Amino acid sequence: MRRLGAALSVLAVAAIAAAGEIAPSERRSGYDFMSRETRAMQDDDTANPGMLWVLEGGTLWEKKIGAAGRACADCHGDPRASMKGVAARYPAFDAGKGRPVGLEQRINVCRTDRQEAPALAYESRELLALTALVARQSRGLPIDIAIAGRMRPFLAAGRATFHRRQGQLNLACAQCHDDNWGRQLAGNVIPQAHPTGYPLYRLEWQSLGSLQRRLRNCLVGIRAAPYDYGAQELDGRAGRPAVMTRV
Amino acid sequence: MASALINVPPRARRGEIIEIKTLISHTMETGFRRTQLGAVIPRDIIRRFVCTYNGTEVFSADLHPAIAANPFIVFSTVAIESGTLVFSWTGDNGFSVTESAKISVD
Repeated sequence: MRRLGAALSVLAVAAIAAAGEIAPSERRSGYDFMSRETRAMQDDDTANPGMLWVLEGGTLWEKKIGAAGRACADCHGDPRASMKGVAARYPAFDAGKGRPVGLEQRINVCRTDRQEAPALAYESRELLALTALVARQSRGLPIDIAIAGRMRPFLAAGRATFHRRQGQLNLACAQCHDDNWGRQLAGNVIPQAHPTGYPLYRLEWQSLGSLQRRLRNCLVGIRAAPYDYGAQELDGRAGRPAVMTRV
Repeated sequence: MASALINVPPRARRGEIIEIKTLISHTMETGFRRTQLGAVIPRDIIRRFVCTYNGTEVFSADLHPAIAANPFIVFSTVAIESGTLVFSWTGDNGFSVTESAKISVD
């Protein structure tokens, strides 16, 4: 989906009766909604520009930084072994912060606490590169975040946000992504909004971007004030755990 | 940070047509965009791409501002002999990256 734009208001008028959550058997990754050409680009590692960030992440992984003079590799070794399946478990509860954190923030916690280096800015090339490297090791694995215990209230809050109408267009996430997925919005197909594959390269962005950036895009699309990067609604609640739990 | 991904088949038969794929990290800033304050963002693009095969140029391309970020260039050549393919990208602000790949031809 490239742009939401003005067609959203048309959709608001034509809103179909709420269909409720998508049944497990009908859940489809955003990949299924992509064009044949875009899929071909994604499937070929030498054609997928996202791999440039993975490559760069590999360099950063080995680089000793901070007051501790430690590289990611010094503790974690080969990311292909140590990071397998890790990204699929995020956002996860962080005891230090007392709330769930996303993968980007988890990497920053490691930087500040273990490497004693300054945290990286959201959407900075370096943070995206490290995140891409870690996330790459979970390719093909289903999202597997904890849904019980301490995560429960945050998931409930995320679900409530997902179903709450907001913005000048007065739309809830669920109205497009639960009730009208597979239909057209402007020239684009509405996906089910499972946040698989992030961070990802978007042709519209001409760059890699995080899930938070994508969510902020969508919020601007419904003319709501987007949450700040790192805000609990985006990061901690993982932007829409309601979606995440059903992948 | 500049980085490039290159895909050259490691082995080929003599006379075979091989496909070569290259992808390089670059913003390809057009020079036509402005900041929110109206100042022009200076052009920063890759201007030329050249591939040589054992020292002989087999493919080259001039790049222009309309080309997307992270240019992906695919071309083909005939596998003649074992050796090295050298790829170089040059552009604005002294941008210069050179990568190489080996191919063995039976």
